[in-house]
Amino acid sequence: MKNSVEIKNLDLQFGPVKVLQDLNLEIGKGEFLVLLGSSGCGKSTLLNCIAGLLDVSAGQIHINDKNVTWDEPSERGIGMVFQSYALYPQMTVEGNLSFGLKNAKLPKAEIAKRVKRAAEILQIEPLLKRKPAALSGGQRQRVAIGRALVRDVDVFLFDEPLSNLDAKLRADLRVEIKRLHQRLENTMIYVTHDQIEAMTLADRIAIMRDGQIMQLGTPDEIYGKPVNKYVADFIGSPSMNFLEGQIKAGNFEVGNLSIPLAGYDFANAAGPVDRAATIGIRPEHVVTGELVENATVKIDVEVNLVEPTGSDTLIDCEVAGRHFRVRMDGQSRVAAGEKLRLGIDPSKSSLFDLETELRL
Amino acid sequence: MVDTSPVSLSGPHGPKPRKALSRRNIFLYGTLFVITVYYALPLYVMIVTSLKGMPEIRLGNVFSPPVEITFQPWVKAWSEACTGLTCNGLSTGFWNSVQITIPSVILSIIIASVNGYALANWRFKGADVFFTILIFGAFIPYQVMLYPIVIMLREIGLYGSVWGLVLVHTVFGMPILTLLFRNYFTSLPEELFKAARVDGAGFWGIYLRIMVPMSLPIFTVAMILQVTGIWNDFLFGVVYTGPETYPMTVSLNNIVNSTQGVKEYNVNMAATILTGLVPLVIYFVSGRLFVRGIAAGAVKG
Repeated sequence: MKNSVEIKNLDLQFGPVKVLQDLNLEIGKGEFLVLLGSSGCGKSTLLNCIAGLLDVSAGQIHINDKNVTWDEPSERGIGMVFQSYALYPQMTVEGNLSFGLKNAKLPKAEIAKRVKRAAEILQIEPLLKRKPAALSGGQRQRVAIGRALVRDVDVFLFDEPLSNLDAKLRADLRVEIKRLHQRLENTMIYVTHDQIEAMTLADRIAIMRDGQIMQLGTPDEIYGKPVNKYVADFIGSPSMNFLEGQIKAGNFEVGNLSIPLAGYDFANAAGPVDRAATIGIRPEHVVTGELVENATVKIDVEVNLVEPTGSDTLIDCEVAGRHFRVRMDGQSRVAAGEKLRLGIDPSKSSLFDLETELRL
Repeated sequence: MVDTSPVSLSGPHGPKPRKALSRRNIFLYGTLFVITVYYALPLYVMIVTSLKGMPEIRLGNVFSPPVEITFQPWVKAWSEACTGLTCNGLSTGFWNSVQITIPSVILSIIIASVNGYALANWRFKGADVFFTILIFGAFIPYQVMLYPIVIMLREIGLYGSVWGLVLVHTVFGMPILTLLFRNYFTSLPEELFKAARVDGAGFWGIYLRIMVPMSLPIFTVAMILQVTGIWNDFLFGVVYTGPETYPMTVSLNNIVNSTQGVKEYNVNMAATILTGLVPLVIYFVSGRLFVRGIAAGAVKG
C-alpha cells in the first residue's frame, strides 16, 4: 500500500517549549487515522502542521509522495474541517463552498458542478442560498465538510469536528463521516479527545501524550493490549482498575489475593519474571452471578456504591484494599452493603512494570 | 393533567406590585434630573442667546427665552463674521475642515486596519517590537513633536497646506487605531483565518473578503473616533495651516476671540453650535451601527 501522508522526524518548538518531538508517522492511502489524546497533548498542533498552518522546526512532511514541508496550505492537496465550523458569515452556503475554488481560478462550470456534487452528497442542496447564521449546528458542520469536499483532495483533516454538537447529533454525524469515508475512500486524519469517536471511526488510532505518539494501532490493539499504563488508563470508560503487587512464580500477588498468569500473553516470550508490577483489569471484564463458576479467579467483595446508568450498572467495591469498579448488566439489582462474588479472567487483563509502566 | 385552575391561588401571586414613588425611585430620578439639567443648561443658554438680537442680550437675562426670535446671528456666523481682514464667517473654515477630515479619516482607517490585521493574524518577525514602538508613540506629548514636524513638513513642501495637516492627522491616528483594529481582529475566530488559508486566499484576499466584511462595527467605531478627533482638533490646525487653509475650529477661535469692536455673543454662540454640529450628527447617525454583531453565525450557535 502506498503511503498517503508521511511525517518524518517532525519537531515543533514554541520558544523553549517542545510541542512535538521527533514524530514519525505513516498513513496509508484511504486510511482513517485518529489522533487521540487529552487536551494539550499536541494532536491539534500536529494536524495544523500537516495542513501547513504552522511552520515546523525540523523534519519533513510528505503528502502523496511530494515533500510539502514548505508549501502553502492550499498547495498541499488537503481539505480541513474545523471544530468551530469556521464558515464565512457574510457568504451564503454556496459562497462558502465555492470560495476556495474561486481562489484557485477554476472555470465557472467546474465550480458549479463540484458545488452541486458536494451538496448532493451531504444533502444540503436546499440550504445553498442561506447564510450560515440561518443554519443549525449540524447543518453548519455539513457545510464545513462540504467545503473540504469540493476541493477534490486526497487527504481530509478533521480538527475535533463534532465537539460543538449535542450528543445525539454527534452520534448521527459520526455515522455520516464513516459513510462518507467508505464512499470517497479518501485518507482521513481525525483529531478528537472522544474515545468513542476514535474507536468507532478509526482504522488505526494514534494515542498522543506530551507531543509524542504513545501507541499506534488498531482500535482492538489499543483496547486489548495497551502498551503502557497511560494508554490503558486513557482508553475505556469507566477506566481500568489498577492493583499494585508482585509477580511471583507465575502468579500475581496482591494482599492475600493470588492471580495465576497461565493464560496471559507476555510480550517477553520467556514468560513471567518475578518483579513488582501493576495489574490492570477492565470493569467490563469482571463477571458476576452464574458466570463466576467458570472464572479462573474468584473474589468476594462488599458493594460500597451502586451507580445505575440504564444500560449498565456500575459497582464500587474494594479489592485488596484498593478501589475497584465493576460493570454489571443494567437489569441486575444490587444494593450497597450486599455481598458479591466477582470472577476475573487473567488472560484479558494487562500487566505493567511498576517502575517503567510498560506492558509486560 | 395537573389542575391549573386559578381559584386555588391565595396569598401573593403573579407579578410583584411596585410603587411608582418609592424612596428608591425618588432618589434615582431626582439625581438623573439634576444631572440632566446641569448638562443641558449650557446648551440651552447657547441656543437661546444665539436666537436673540444684541439689544435683548444687553438686558442681561441670560436664561430668559428670546422675545423676538432672529436668525440673523446664524447667518452672520456662517458667512459674514470677520476675522482680521476677511469677512467670510465660518464657511471657509468649514470647507477647509471637510477637505482635511475626509481624507484623514479614510487614509488613517485604511492604513490602521491593514496594520491591525497584519499584527493580529500574520505573526511576522519583529511584530511585537513594531507594536510596542507604535503604542509607545501614543504616550509622547504632542507638544514635543510640534516643531520638528513643522520642519519636516517644510522640507517636503507641505507646510501650510491642507495635505500637510492630513498627513499629520493620519500619522497621529495610527497608534490608537492600530491597537483598536488589532484587538478586534484578534477577537475574531482564528479558525476562520485558517479556513481561508486552506481555501487558498492570500494576505489581501483574506483581508478584503473575510475580515473587512465582518468588521463593520469596528470600522464605525474608528470612524466616529477619527471624525470627532480631527474635526475638533485645534492645536495641529493652528500650527500647520495658514490663514487660507485654517480649519473650522481655528476660524471659530478667531471669530470669538477677535478683540476689535463689540462682543457679539449671539454670533459667537451660533458659530460655536455650527462648529460642533458635525460630530453631533455623526454620533446620532452611526450610533445604531455601533451595536450590530456581524460575526454572529460564524462559530457555534
